[in-house]
Amino acid sequence: MSSFAEAYTWINFRFLLEGLWVTIEVSLVSIVLSFIIGSFLGIIRYIRAPFISGLFGVVIDLIRNLPLLLLIFFTYFGLPKIGIRMNPLAAAIAAMTVFESAMIAEIVRSGIKAVDTGQMEGARANGLTYWQALRVIVLPQALKKMIPPLVSQFISLIKDTSLATIIVLPELLYRAQIIYGQNTRYMIPMFLALAVMYFAVCYALSLVAARLEKTTG
Amino acid sequence: MISVFQQHGQELLVGFGNTLLCSVIALFFSLIIGSTFAIFEAVPSRFLHIIGRVYIEVFRNIPLLVIGMFFYAVVPQYIVSIDGFTAGTIGLTLYTSAFIAETVRAGIQAVDEGQMEGARANGLTFMQAMRHIILPQAFRYVIPPLGNQFINMVKNSSVLAFVAGFDLMYQGDMIASTTFDTFNTYIAVGILYLVITLPLSYYMRYLEKKMD
Repeated sequence: MSSFAEAYTWINFRFLLEGLWVTIEVSLVSIVLSFIIGSFLGIIRYIRAPFISGLFGVVIDLIRNLPLLLLIFFTYFGLPKIGIRMNPLAAAIAAMTVFESAMIAEIVRSGIKAVDTGQMEGARANGLTYWQALRVIVLPQALKKMIPPLVSQFISLIKDTSLATIIVLPELLYRAQIIYGQNTRYMIPMFLALAVMYFAVCYALSLVAARLEKTTG
Repeated sequence: MISVFQQHGQELLVGFGNTLLCSVIALFFSLIIGSTFAIFEAVPSRFLHIIGRVYIEVFRNIPLLVIGMFFYAVVPQYIVSIDGFTAGTIGLTLYTSAFIAETVRAGIQAVDEGQMEGARANGLTFMQAMRHIILPQAFRYVIPPLGNQFINMVKNSSVLAFVAGFDLMYQGDMIASTTFDTFNTYIAVGILYLVITLPLSYYMRYLEKKMD
């Protein structure tokens, strides 16, 4: 038990919290970017524009079916070969944004598709243009259906930031490894701290989402 | 890129096989564990409900990598010595079980309540009704989402690279760090992942469409 007291010094704790902040920062930036890009791609997929919808569909399917870890490796270690160099933070955000945008595009597309076609027809019959109907009638209803899958996607994004430890991004897991690297007796206390911190962030987000679903639904 | 396949085909093939093996083993055990917890939530017992809920929430909200590294770093030191492949596969199984439990639970709930009532009225016990009446129908609903879980599992098995699990990602990383041809090697590895995941994902989409 003494290993817990030794491991949980204020210095170690602050070191971990700084890592948690990096985790949250990377997650927030990636969530915002991939929500914007993903929504855009999802709408393009939905409107069936000739050629580009199909092309985006293929690219999205390819990215969705690759491991995120591979994309992180490729961005950080592979891209410099063709002259694109990024620091770990930028590489992590770039890889996660590309991957999550593809995931979110699919959520957005199926969310819009799940709205009854009568809504669009009714809006058009009432004199709205296609774009007006999409924006004012269809998308708000689709958003409601998309909230649960979007939130679970965001939660897995937060968990997946831990993969960036491989490109020495100083996030939570990386810092815990540094601490227990100094003394293996700190291993169990560090894994417990990791579990509690990740759980707290992810579970809090899922509670907020449940609340949101109730108030909008 | 073709030269990567020519020169390192053997290593990539070993990795490909390990990735598949790990995913299939993890799928088998997480189906059993996941279904068990899903049934816990259907049983009229507050105690079992809580156990099921706690398991699902804990394993859904902690990164797979943290779970895998726990089994790789901590378990050999204090409990029993296991290799990277085993540690990674155990981590993947426990993590995926939580998601499969949620999927199966949704499937059980989608089966009409009258099915259980009818079965009980005909003299079956709760477990008999579950096994012979409810679960076979529930599994029909959950095949497409379970397929998607399997695709996720193949992708997630790449964390074995962190624990020296000799999977596809690990082998690719080894090749990349000896030849320095990172760009082409990672593309080759990506193609091999797509060979597994892409056909599966199109098949699941087809099944989903057919069920609507």
